[in-house]
Amino acid sequence: MSNELEFLSRRVASGKLSRRDFLGRAAALGVTATFANSLLSGAARAAGPIKGGTLKAGLVGGESTNSLDPALMMTQVPFAFGKCWGEMIVELSPEGKLENRIAEEIGSSDDAKVWTLKIRDGVEFHNGKTVTAADVAATLERHSDEKSKSGALGYMKGIETIKASGKEVVLTLKEANADLPYLLSDYHLIVQPNGGKDKPDAGISAGPYVVKTNEPGVRHGGERFANYWQGDKMGHADQVEVIVINDATARTAALQGGQVNMINRVEPKIVDLIKRLPGVTIRNHAGPGHYVFIMHCNTAPFDNNDLRMALKLAIDREEMLDKILRGYGSLGNDFPINSSYPLFTEIEQRKYDPDKAKFHYKKSGHDGTVLLRTSDVAFPGAVDASQLFQQSAAKAGIKIELKREPGDGYWNEVWNKQPFCASYWGGRSTQDQMYSTAYLSTADWNDTRFKRPDFDKMVLAARAELDETKRKQMYHDMAVLVRDEGGLILPMFNQFIDATGAKVDGWVDDPHQELMNGYALAKCWLQA
Amino acid sequence: MSSPILKLIAQRVALGIVLLLAVSVLIFAGTQILPGDVAQAILGQSATPESLANLREQLGLNDPAYIRYFRWLGGVLTGDLGTAMSSGQDIATSIKDRLWNTLFLAFWAAIVAVPLAIILGLIAVRYRNGWVDKLISGLALASTSFPEFFIGYVLVYFFAVKWQIFPGISTVYDGMPFGERMQAIALPATALTLVVLAHMMRMTRAAILNVMQSAYVETAELKGLSAFNVIRRHAFPNAIAPIINVVMLNLAYLIVGVVVVEVIFVYPGMGQYLVDHVTKRDVPVVQAVGLIFAAVYISLNIIADIGAIVANPRLRHPK
Repeated sequence: MSNELEFLSRRVASGKLSRRDFLGRAAALGVTATFANSLLSGAARAAGPIKGGTLKAGLVGGESTNSLDPALMMTQVPFAFGKCWGEMIVELSPEGKLENRIAEEIGSSDDAKVWTLKIRDGVEFHNGKTVTAADVAATLERHSDEKSKSGALGYMKGIETIKASGKEVVLTLKEANADLPYLLSDYHLIVQPNGGKDKPDAGISAGPYVVKTNEPGVRHGGERFANYWQGDKMGHADQVEVIVINDATARTAALQGGQVNMINRVEPKIVDLIKRLPGVTIRNHAGPGHYVFIMHCNTAPFDNNDLRMALKLAIDREEMLDKILRGYGSLGNDFPINSSYPLFTEIEQRKYDPDKAKFHYKKSGHDGTVLLRTSDVAFPGAVDASQLFQQSAAKAGIKIELKREPGDGYWNEVWNKQPFCASYWGGRSTQDQMYSTAYLSTADWNDTRFKRPDFDKMVLAARAELDETKRKQMYHDMAVLVRDEGGLILPMFNQFIDATGAKVDGWVDDPHQELMNGYALAKCWLQA
Repeated sequence: MSSPILKLIAQRVALGIVLLLAVSVLIFAGTQILPGDVAQAILGQSATPESLANLREQLGLNDPAYIRYFRWLGGVLTGDLGTAMSSGQDIATSIKDRLWNTLFLAFWAAIVAVPLAIILGLIAVRYRNGWVDKLISGLALASTSFPEFFIGYVLVYFFAVKWQIFPGISTVYDGMPFGERMQAIALPATALTLVVLAHMMRMTRAAILNVMQSAYVETAELKGLSAFNVIRRHAFPNAIAPIINVVMLNLAYLIVGVVVVEVIFVYPGMGQYLVDHVTKRDVPVVQAVGLIFAAVYISLNIIADIGAIVANPRLRHPK
């Protein structure tokens, strides 16, 4: 690290230099933005968090139907509030490494089939009890039970037995899985007393904040937990509050009016306007989320790979990235993985090529129009994106007919039912998770009906492989298969775009989820 | 009060109850017609035949529809609205706070809007066809013609963002001090006032103008009463029936039709609660809210009816 950079980053931390100026100078010194950012946050941390105050977030993604039961968490508000009151077994650090929380140590047998979690001493629940191995085991058991309707059930099914003995929890898997610790970082797996079996929605865990108010769809509030086990790292504000603001304009106005300190999901089209507001900082960063058009590989006419290839070549990704995301994203390449995943490898970028598309379209022998279903809820700007797709395809001689479906019921009636529609994926933390969720023949959410026994074998083999180089090659081969023969058209990866108001400090970009992987309220602080 | 009036009122109330029962049958029937049943909705995609059968047994869905209807009705009459499928919470408890919030907002909006509309209406009649009349009508019509969300955003822009007088987020909660609560609802109440103002004002104006054509108004004028006194003493009492009607209609709107304003100002009222549960297909909640809205409409209409009868001697003393 050059001395000059270090000096500059300290000046930002002490408020003498703006963040943007710093990034500009860092770029002039030949430093990448990512590294400069991490430098910056390091300096801010060095300046030290300030305790006190109330940190408020205005977030989209909360309904009056929400519950504090971690198994049922689906949308952004329960997710972000869960990271305030919940404590995890293991978590992903902003750098993508595993960070041990309640588990002090995680070890596996050589074949990655038996995993041992050593439980940390002296972690306390909000109700005063100490977290034990039995609590962790009970939590995992509850999420493996069909009845809990847990969002983590899909992964938990792979665990055959869960045993607590002394300070250890031993998990035996049905099949080897080198990624198990990553799976345990799933946000549903908040450790609860007796696994939450007694009262799933009690809202008691061992996180930095104790639940004080819980009005689903309105607001959630927490007060700092005095006995939090790592109080130096998290839980700086005295109180945190999440206010549900589903309307984008109201959210921006609340940030502007100073009623909240941070908001999520700033629309790309207004980012440039918000940037200019005094005190407001846009926090945008790449993540694994992507916008897609999905074709069922087993339904006519999409059962023909030439037609699928024609459509993949007939989409103008650069135009879409530019017009729909206003550049706040990156190009997709028809496989669901990007550089935010460990073990990612570059593959040649697919480009808009009307001539080649025409060739494949002719070869497919398809005649007439192709019906694409779309809706506002598929992803922000989905209807516009579908129209762009229609126009770029028309230039290749492919007629796409658009059908706009109502947003209400889109995820029940259209997605994963109709053969060709617009959709989105939030991404997962490992490649294995992503492929197992949506590309295995047996996956419920195989929304492209990509059913290939050879691919399934590759997924299972890569899952059990502990050698990183070999594993990387396997994932590369899988990506090529999905890209060239699958039913996925992936024009772009979107970015998380959050915004913070004046005085919010301690922000660290986290590629895993929006709002610093949900930890913004717990990890940020208010400047004095 | 003479006994024919009491009889009339009793009749209206009885009619209202019959109507409400009819509505409850409709609501129940409507939710029965929807594809799938509650058990299927609860279990969703993960439904297996056995779990479906178990849950149906547990919820009593195997009984004939009329038995389920009476069971539901009995629950409603004893204040038990059931539990929400989506969150497992008791519906009556969660509705109580929301309904109270909605009524609170509607009350204060009405307190401002109703007298304002009537007074503006009276002034408009007094200076009819003059520039005052045209200004009042023009402004009121303009505020009604703008969609609610537009008015809401304009209010937020000036009062919450630019001048920062009132909060743009109207989240209210239990135990909030009265002053803060009033400050929080200032903007949504203003938006609602602007939305309902013109309808009531124009109706007041039209009703009074109608009466102004009559012979007795001319007599009053001829005997030398001032123009405002003519309106106040002679025209207004005779025009009150249609005014009550339109006021009640608008009050009903303030209670059941304010989803958009609730969303913009993030106000925890009934509208947002209903929408959330409709999208989740949470039938018990939708039934309960539907019934409450119907009750509000019917009772406000009864009040309007009775008000109109009491105000009109011809209806008060039917032949």
